[in-house]
Amino acid sequence: MNARLGWRKFVSNLMLTLTGVCAFVSVLILFFILGYLLFNGGTSINWAFFTQLPKPVGEVGGGMANAIVGSAKLLLAASLFGVPFGFLGGIYLAEFSGPKTASVVRYAADLLNGVPSIVIGIFAFSLVVLPFKQFSTLAGSFALGLMMIPITLRSTEEFLNAVPSVLREGAMALGASKWKTIATVIVPAAYRGILTAILLALARVAGETAPLLFTALGNRFWSPGWGQPTASLPVVIYNYAQSPYEDWHRQAWAAGLVLLGFILIVNILARTILSRGIAAPRS
Amino acid sequence: MKRTALLLAVVLFGCSLAVLAQSGLLINGAGATFPYPIYSKWFDVYHQKNSSINFNYQSLGSGAGIRQIIEGTVDFGATDGPMNDEQLKAFQDKRGTQILHFPTVLGADVPTYNIPGVSASLNFTPEALAGIFLGKITKWNDPAITGPNKGVNLPANDIIVVHRSDGSGTTYIWTDYLSKVSEEWKNKVGKGTSVNWPVGLGAKGNELVSGMVKGTPNSIGYVELIYAAQNNIPYGTVKNSEGSFVKADLASVSAAAAGASKDMPADFRVSITNAPGKTAYPISSFTWLLVPEKIQDAKKRDALKGFVKWMLTEGQGYAEALSYAKLPKEVIARELKVVDSIQ
Amino acid sequence: MATATPTLPSAGPVAGSRSFISKLREGDEIARLVTFLFAASVVLITVLLVYELWINSALPRHKFGLHFFVTEVWDPVMDQFGALPFIYGTVVTSAVALCLAVPLGIGAAIFLAELAPPRVSDTLEFFIDLLAAVPSVIYGVLGVFIVVPLMRQVIYPALNKPFGFLPIFKGPSYGVGFLTAGIVLAIMLIPYIISVSREVLLSVPRDQREAALALGATRWESTWKVVVPFAKTGIMGSVFLALARALGETMAVTMVIGNTPQIAASLFAPGYSIAAVIANEFTEATGELYTQSLIALGLVLFLLTFVLNGLARLLIIVTTQKGSKVRA
Repeated sequence: MNARLGWRKFVSNLMLTLTGVCAFVSVLILFFILGYLLFNGGTSINWAFFTQLPKPVGEVGGGMANAIVGSAKLLLAASLFGVPFGFLGGIYLAEFSGPKTASVVRYAADLLNGVPSIVIGIFAFSLVVLPFKQFSTLAGSFALGLMMIPITLRSTEEFLNAVPSVLREGAMALGASKWKTIATVIVPAAYRGILTAILLALARVAGETAPLLFTALGNRFWSPGWGQPTASLPVVIYNYAQSPYEDWHRQAWAAGLVLLGFILIVNILARTILSRGIAAPRS
Repeated sequence: MKRTALLLAVVLFGCSLAVLAQSGLLINGAGATFPYPIYSKWFDVYHQKNSSINFNYQSLGSGAGIRQIIEGTVDFGATDGPMNDEQLKAFQDKRGTQILHFPTVLGADVPTYNIPGVSASLNFTPEALAGIFLGKITKWNDPAITGPNKGVNLPANDIIVVHRSDGSGTTYIWTDYLSKVSEEWKNKVGKGTSVNWPVGLGAKGNELVSGMVKGTPNSIGYVELIYAAQNNIPYGTVKNSEGSFVKADLASVSAAAAGASKDMPADFRVSITNAPGKTAYPISSFTWLLVPEKIQDAKKRDALKGFVKWMLTEGQGYAEALSYAKLPKEVIARELKVVDSIQ
Repeated sequence: MATATPTLPSAGPVAGSRSFISKLREGDEIARLVTFLFAASVVLITVLLVYELWINSALPRHKFGLHFFVTEVWDPVMDQFGALPFIYGTVVTSAVALCLAVPLGIGAAIFLAELAPPRVSDTLEFFIDLLAAVPSVIYGVLGVFIVVPLMRQVIYPALNKPFGFLPIFKGPSYGVGFLTAGIVLAIMLIPYIISVSREVLLSVPRDQREAALALGATRWESTWKVVVPFAKTGIMGSVFLALARALGETMAVTMVIGNTPQIAASLFAPGYSIAAVIANEFTEATGELYTQSLIALGLVLFLLTFVLNGLARLLIIVTTQKGSKVRA
């Protein structure tokens, strides 16, 4: 009896240790990636990288200033497009709509969320690039903005619904109209969660490459305004990393570090904002 | 209050970025990776001479260059495989004007390889090349390869073939050559910017093919000369139509083009692979800029015409440093006449 | 505008006793209309997307019909297009990725849900969520510089020498190929499997565990034989979710799969996936049939991920509801 129990205990300890190994290996991967990028990219990050334009093919040096600014413009415009749709749509779902409309909108948002990013690229190409015969920052932002909508919409709805009804009823008892209640009481109460969602959506699209291939295309120079092709960090990394030029590899590592650094910082920021405020409702 | 202020600051910052990035006329082009090194040099130099004009060239491959110029999403295209009649018609139908081909430089497709322990320049016969790319010759120590390379220790390793995965003028040149020297290739695969490859890995652009060959032992690929040279990847000689093993360089490529300028068709679409001449390199080719005959935007039109003229005169001086051969004088003279017809 | 006698505000869409004009004046109706327009636009855009995909892939549908799905040839010169090599590549790389990621992911989830003290569990989950945020292109770069040489120098010799007679391990090593893509994908899927499985496991009511332990089971036995089976459907849901993610993965796969439209038994052979071929060939597809065939592939991908995502959500909801029902 004891021997059998001993064996079972041994198996139990072994398997549980193994699961611990699995967990730590998974986390280790993250640190490995960071470490690798830091090691290879850290030495290549210099002032030139941030301020100079790319040099002609094959020549050593130059930087990615246009890709960094390009990505910033893309993200800004994507947020200006995607966030209002997600935010206001979420308000509609939480505050105004009936159950049937709500489920239709939710379903559409989930559908949109599941569309592979390359297919979003095709859609943006047919809708924005072809009719205007122009690759542009706007087209890229349209694609990225589309990807931000579902996350923003669902999270806005969730966090608005999580606001305690006490606040709602209190405001109404004081005679406030519905929209005033929403604007001055409910949204401010839920803003932490909504902001978190927006930041997370931003971090997600910041790294997207596929949709930009057919929309923003690329640019070796600055991109004037919003209607011209633009360089972006993910696309430049994609091109440089697979090229045969050692100098381009070096720059790709540096760009990867900058991109990942940005994404991780936004993620950490988002999560700390959330943890300080109202806890996220478990869906 | 703080939040709206923050938002406003962000938006203003964004707008100032947009304004900051304002820098004159931007002309977009896309196409061949074959001439990308010389084009990027040209556009850089030209921008320094004319700081208000930027030529933004994306090396996506000749196939993409042709497609995007037909769609009109770029102002000019570039290709090393001239547009076929069907594509010419598609352009005419879609854009209401003709497309003009302008040869820019001469270049060469070289067979580049990475064989552990072999740094010598291998001699390739047309039969060897066709056999390798058809998948019939599978090992490096095959007699077809060792035959012309006595004295080189070729291992018994499997050959890994690398070809283009995208629509490519470099592919067009290579398959055009193979179709001329191998009946089997001509019937089984044919020539084109994108073909149904019997064997091998695909990589996008000259850049990635060179990258792949450089990083994959026992591989062979075909790239434009400068990519092999700039990246120190060994490339071989090819036996030409008169039986000499010729290495691609300025002289042998120019020799291949020497005969062509006499019989050059009016639209400049010509193939010079397997050209006659004892010193001619058999896998040479012109590469072309694709410019519409009628351009609505006056600024863009003048900028493009100005660039093409510069390219044909001063620009040619930069070609040789990057191992591209200059255009024959007669071809340049004819092209300058055609440039003036762009309206 | 406050009236002399305060009236109860209308409770949303239900018509109150106040007139439309007064509601309008108070801005409620405007707010409702405006937010409705935005919400409706989301639906419209989604419909438009599906519509565009359908309409712009009409040519290959008419020309090839269902043959499109079983043709192996992808020949732009001859205008012959078949989806089979890409479906095969997508399926194989995803299958390999799941085989590697699921055991690791579920193991880690079990640790996080059952064993680790809450603070450790939350900290580790924090890092794993960060791992999920790493963009695809960076995984691709790491794939090219780390996994590909590793494959060539370590993994291929280790598998091919002893097991080379098996069809899945035959053939030369290119460095890139199905297995390499599968490995890179697996690393990308791990965080998704972990976070969803962990949540599902956490939702299993405590009584289940305690009952098992009270009957004399070891920790492992209670976990493996009671908790996990209870959460089985939810865990399957997490796998489906991960699969849906894997199918649509573009950049990392393109960089390491070898870009060769072929069906090969060996895992070391190069292949192609739906997302990868679209990324490589879309900007250059000349001719309507070529372009539309690529869009048709995009439609196929979209449908696959749509079905999988739907199933996944269903399974996860069923499990978490089961947990709460049992508790009550």
